[in-house]
Amino acid sequence: MPKHVIDPNQWIKLYSDYLFNYTITRVNDREIAQDLVQDTFVAGLKSMKNFKGEASERTWLISILKRKIIDHYRKINSKKGKAEVRMSYNSDENEGDWLEERVADPFDKTAEDSIENSELGAAIHDCISKLPEKQANVFKMKTLLNYETEAICNELEITASNLWVIIHRARTAMAACMEKNWF
Amino acid sequence: MSKLKLSCQEASHICDKNQYKEANFREKVILTIHLIYCRACRKYTSRNSKLSKLVSNPKVKTMDVSAKEKLNAAFQKELANHQ
Repeated sequence: MPKHVIDPNQWIKLYSDYLFNYTITRVNDREIAQDLVQDTFVAGLKSMKNFKGEASERTWLISILKRKIIDHYRKINSKKGKAEVRMSYNSDENEGDWLEERVADPFDKTAEDSIENSELGAAIHDCISKLPEKQANVFKMKTLLNYETEAICNELEITASNLWVIIHRARTAMAACMEKNWF
Repeated sequence: MSKLKLSCQEASHICDKNQYKEANFREKVILTIHLIYCRACRKYTSRNSKLSKLVSNPKVKTMDVSAKEKLNAAFQKELANHQ
């Protein structure tokens, strides 16, 4: 098996979206997620010597990121000082109606739902990272960030019809990739 | 342009536009007519809308371009320090 090499110059371009998506499903705050991703890259840079090349760069970075997320939760927990006990009653008059509370709340997101969603994010970013760079860029701007067609054209200096061709190719590739990995 | 028959290339272009709600009414009508008799485009359309549905899931998130630039700048500084 070929050894994986490490090249920090490409990190931001290749992995920042994947790491960000990974983080945001776990911390639920854009600012914090961005900070954690940045911390991860810096930490990765500092311990580059320890990279043995057994896993891919991305796996290695994710393992650092996991530590960072755990640290983050430790920190906010220690700020509180002590564990918090929470009792949730729907309202005051419901207090004591324990049987009532056991009835599943139909509007509540189930655990399965959120697991599926976080995996979906990873799968999509996985597929995006397989696209050629230009297609990936345009697809992300158009589909995930919801930019106007004109704004993208101006920023990347391409014509509208050019943009639609790129979008078409990206969508075809994405659909094939998602079909293979997701359904 | 007043024709009612589309080539498949045009049809897929309209279909792509439709995923972003950018196709106008006339285009949608002739696309639907095309889909009646074109099996390949029907398949493309169904895959395309499936993809749209997946991607529009609110849990799928990316960084803003500005945030990414900020990250990149900070990282480049760190990289320069490091080498």
